[in-house]
Amino acid sequence: MKKRLTAPFLSADDLSALRDLRTGDSVLLSGVIYTARDAAHQRLLGLLAKGEALPFDLRGAAIYYCGPTPAPPGRPVGSIGPTTSYRMDSFAPALYERGLAASIGKGPRGAAVKEALCQSGGVYFAATGGAAALLASCVKEAKLIAFPDLGPEAVYELKVEDFPLLVATDAQGGDLY
Amino acid sequence: MMNNCRTLSVNAVSEAVAALCVEANLHLPKDVATALELARQRETGALASGILDQLAANAQIAAAQCLPLCQDTGLAVFFVELGRDLRLANGADGAGGADGDIYAAINEGVRRGYAEGFLRKSVCDPFSRANTGDNTPAVIHLRLVPGRSLRIVYMAKGGGSENMSRVTMLAPAEGWEGIKRFVLERVREAGGNPCPPIIVGLGIGGNFELAPLLAKEALLRCLDEPNPQPDLRDKEAELLELINDLGVGPMGLGGRTTCLGVLIKTAPCHIASLPLAVNIQCHSARHGEVLL
Repeated sequence: MKKRLTAPFLSADDLSALRDLRTGDSVLLSGVIYTARDAAHQRLLGLLAKGEALPFDLRGAAIYYCGPTPAPPGRPVGSIGPTTSYRMDSFAPALYERGLAASIGKGPRGAAVKEALCQSGGVYFAATGGAAALLASCVKEAKLIAFPDLGPEAVYELKVEDFPLLVATDAQGGDLY
Repeated sequence: MMNNCRTLSVNAVSEAVAALCVEANLHLPKDVATALELARQRETGALASGILDQLAANAQIAAAQCLPLCQDTGLAVFFVELGRDLRLANGADGAGGADGDIYAAINEGVRRGYAEGFLRKSVCDPFSRANTGDNTPAVIHLRLVPGRSLRIVYMAKGGGSENMSRVTMLAPAEGWEGIKRFVLERVREAGGNPCPPIIVGLGIGGNFELAPLLAKEALLRCLDEPNPQPDLRDKEAELLELINDLGVGPMGLGGRTTCLGVLIKTAPCHIASLPLAVNIQCHSARHGEVLL
């Protein structure tokens, strides 16, 4: 059975639904999520280090580790599959500590991220790597909101509908890998 | 001698390369699609089967809607065979002198293809990480061959699977057993990171820089085409079986389908060495070729 969830996760109900997720659960995610991968994470952490505001509100947010292909005419975005998550492991705990609710990527996470999920009640979702055209059909709107000079690594705000995910690592220390 | 030469415009090369880049990124090669389909029939786990179904649906959507199969449209890698009696001309019709630059022509094709096909530009400076903006420079391996034609083989090599690749220098005494041990450990450690089901290209022999080149070139052989060296066929089959026994499964989430094929290319090596390169390719094994 697939669970339907909506991001961002702000209400007490949203957060408890997130905590109730277990490794292996299938989820259809709708709502607003943000893309960020290697270079964007470096900048986000740089802003935090300087005490400056991030381009989006981290509280209850879901970050998608992804750099899409350019949008062809008539589409909000091009192909948009996940990138490998371990490269963001050194950045993720600081973001979960500051309210990040979920990250989305592919492949296993390190011990520090798992610990951060347990501490924060957050979750790590896996999307299917290489299913980028399929996933594009779940993206209804895309807006460039930060770091345009990073090209494909810029931060996009995406409006998604029924984005198919698996709970890979949950807030109880469960790990699908 | 010059009378035997044929002239080809650099623009024709660029156009062919641009078309090749776009085509390869939208359509999964038939042998890969077939291998995925066969793997799906054998797969029993619900999670693994579900992922393989998504990959089949993805290939259909990509082709029908002209979307790249994967958002990582790769570093553009080329294996080029340039006939020694072929001259490249700068002018469109062969005018402008026969001093055309094959490297510039291919890079221009990449520039056009990645722009026109709405492919991702994934190339950056190693330190500043500033994107070059047009997916150049391509990695071009050029070989001079007899004749008057130009064969260009392209592969869109994604970063995730390339990151999981390794080169090692084994002791000759380690032999085939040592090779198997290293490959199995690599695939197990790589787990879900390189987007399994993977294809494993092995370069065995040569030296420190030749082994990975052999491994990459091995990846260009079709999965349903037997190794031209009969003695390597059993080795490929044995290693494929052992890799699939690891149970890594699609996306590293468990299952029978970890690897779609093991492709080996060898070269003679130094008496002191047994170089081994493991080049891992994700399931989205996008490549194509053109003969001009």
